[in-house]
Amino acid sequence: MSETLLEVKDLEVCYGVIRALKGISFKVDRGEIVSLIGANGAGKTTTLHTVTGLLHPAAGTITYKGQDLTRTPAHKIVSMGLVHVPEGRRIFQSLSVYENLVMGAYSQKDKAKFEANMKLVFELFPRLCERKKQMAGTLSGGEQQMLAMGRALLSDPEMVVLDEPSMGLSPLLVSEVFEIVKTFRENGKTVLLVEQNAKKAMSISDRVYVLETGSIINEGKASDLINDESIKKAYLGE
Amino acid sequence: MEFLTTFVNGLSLGGIYAMIALGYTMVYGIAKMLNFAHGDIIMVGGYTILLFLAVNPIVAIVASMIFCMLLGIVIEKVAYKPLRGASPLAVLITAIGVSYLLQSISQMIFGSAPKFIVIAELGILKIGGLSIGYSTIITLACSLVVMIALSLFVKFSKTGRAMVAVSEDKGAAQLMGINVNNIIMITFAIGSALAALASVFFLLKAPTMSPTFGSLPGIKAFTAAVIGGIGSIPGAMLGGILLGVIECFAQSVPVISPYTDAIEFSILIILLLVKPSGLLGKKRREKV
Repeated sequence: MSETLLEVKDLEVCYGVIRALKGISFKVDRGEIVSLIGANGAGKTTTLHTVTGLLHPAAGTITYKGQDLTRTPAHKIVSMGLVHVPEGRRIFQSLSVYENLVMGAYSQKDKAKFEANMKLVFELFPRLCERKKQMAGTLSGGEQQMLAMGRALLSDPEMVVLDEPSMGLSPLLVSEVFEIVKTFRENGKTVLLVEQNAKKAMSISDRVYVLETGSIINEGKASDLINDESIKKAYLGE
Repeated sequence: MEFLTTFVNGLSLGGIYAMIALGYTMVYGIAKMLNFAHGDIIMVGGYTILLFLAVNPIVAIVASMIFCMLLGIVIEKVAYKPLRGASPLAVLITAIGVSYLLQSISQMIFGSAPKFIVIAELGILKIGGLSIGYSTIITLACSLVVMIALSLFVKFSKTGRAMVAVSEDKGAAQLMGINVNNIIMITFAIGSALAALASVFFLLKAPTMSPTFGSLPGIKAFTAAVIGGIGSIPGAMLGGILLGVIECFAQSVPVISPYTDAIEFSILIILLLVKPSGLLGKKRREKV
């Protein structure tokens, strides 16, 4: 039995009177890649935002490494080892590539770890090293995604939460992004992935949760669900 | 020679405007609000100097800066923080309310008649035909130092870069582990300290202070911030200096000197028609 890193129980989130999440529960074990798939508006991003403290739940609990995150502000969650790569990259356009990476290490006080993580990021993304001094706003979409992922690694996370990392990228880059997500695990990170590209997401995941209009309607091993007829129809376009 | 004197005076006045404009622009960039009480901090700074002047002028200046810093933090916590996420109009009206509150409190304490506050008697420097007050030179030098120091702080310090990050994307900044509330607090503290410093230079130019003193320089500095491009730090500096120089030249010509303020605000209107984002303001490009 591996250790449960993140556990979400009966999570409810409301925007005004609209219940965006209607009591969802899921867990992520250490070393796993878990995907949350579903259509637009299913509540995937809302789930991630609530897990990393950008939104606060109306009900339910979020436990990370045994600690309750329900009321923890976003900026404190990063230093607990849980980092969020937001949808649309959201890199700091007026800072250089290197400064963006340094921002990622904002709560990292350990100089040696900082150097080691920077080295790892430049190994994973050699292009970021080449463009260190360039303004981040001038990078291409793919490079910005690399930067957003690299920036997250600088916080020395145990768990990385990725929101639609393949959005708006060419098919070649999409494959590259998913390869990188796999290397996250090889580097000892646990991954929670939200994707519209269900097929790709399932191909690299251990387990999958299917979200539909605020509820989890299906869950299981990725290798099982990928052959599930209803999933094939609804999400894999087969 | 007269031209040069006016130019130096303009730069000096512009330095003061720039200092105040920096407070407007930083608060706008980071908290996304127009702090119309900012001008009144100058006035509070002036009166604080009066209270401590008997001790020592330097002590009075430092005390004034510290008091204004704390005042800025308290105003943000009490008046603006509860409105985070409220409509911009609510925040704007609150800021105007804070402005009147500060003016009224000062009037209750110090009365509405102007008070003389002489920080120091400074002479006039004469080189050839050029005569420039030492206060002008000190103002110019200090404002240059402040602007350079602030630019370096924003560019190279951890907190400064966090300020840039928060001004670009609050949510993403939080995800980096930046405490946005702290950054907003620091911004208000810096802006208010600069306003207090500006009051020192105003008092060196003309040693009177009244409860409504802050309004006009506040509005002028706001104009400067908008001309430079609100939210942009170099923009506030450029806008402030431009406005100061224009003001001094307009005042030096007898025919147009009564219209100085009108000229300055007309320049703002024309600029907004031609380049709404200001001289150095960025048009936000969205990248999907």
